[in-house]
Amino acid sequence: MMREDMAQWDFVIAAYAIGLVALALLTIWAWRSMTRAEARRDAARRR
Amino acid sequence: MHIYANPTRFLKLAKWLAPLLLWSGLALSLGAMAYGVFSVPPDRLMGETVRILFIHVPAAWLGMGGWTGIAISSAMLLIWKHPLAGIAARAIALPGMTFTAVCLATGSIWGRPTWGTWWVWDGRLTSMLVLLFLYAGYIALTQAAAREGGSAKIAAIFGLVGAINVPIINRSVVWWNSLHQPPSITMGKSAIDGAYLVPLLVAVIGFSLLFGAIVLMRMRALIAEEQVAARLRRRALDEDTPASMAAGMETA
Repeated sequence: MMREDMAQWDFVIAAYAIGLVALALLTIWAWRSMTRAEARRDAARRR
Repeated sequence: MHIYANPTRFLKLAKWLAPLLLWSGLALSLGAMAYGVFSVPPDRLMGETVRILFIHVPAAWLGMGGWTGIAISSAMLLIWKHPLAGIAARAIALPGMTFTAVCLATGSIWGRPTWGTWWVWDGRLTSMLVLLFLYAGYIALTQAAAREGGSAKIAAIFGLVGAINVPIINRSVVWWNSLHQPPSITMGKSAIDGAYLVPLLVAVIGFSLLFGAIVLMRMRALIAEEQVAARLRRRALDEDTPASMAAGMETA
């Protein structure tokens, strides 16, 4: 049972905002670190 | 499984599998979350906050699943010495830690309106926090081993020992009194209404695919970094060899 009369949607929005920002940062970082590392490897092979 | 212990064969597979998992994972997880936020009815007891379920549960599942993956990879490294097993375990660590942190943060936000508190030191929450610290310790260990050229075996043993925490998290709500609800989904049974269960399962599948994609991308990055390091070492050796040979000839 809800213990306090609070704006429930505020909690829903906060939870999704934190979760989605964390997952977006993780995905973008993983993609960029992969493409950069593979580009460095390809450059080293060409040298 | 043993076939893909070969990095060349693995890279061939990962090249098309990573984008496939990424886009299908994004589509399923975002679709399930959008449906969960905008279309499912509010719960009789939890009201609108029940919608947090569709991000909290997949994050918890992958936080625990991530460490299970580290333990399996660690066992493969110790038993079969698969060259990719250590890389797989290292690649899982940061995504696993992120999902554990998301689980703790969303759970805390959910706890405030439903339990009246952000945090309690009960079995479920505490063991999940321990999992977060285990991930941090594992990442520190693997980074130190990579930097100092130490053995990957220590991190592998840590990965195996830390797996004891996974069944503790799972059974914590049964073994100890907790504000957290007991398991809603057990083997073949569910206490969750179909209106919530279907989007929840889609969200779990979507997030699992996304997790797989991130792990594959991390593995590709780690393999590429090791290939560059190996090439630089070879080049340094090639450059050193004539000089040392010349020095040897002079002293003779």
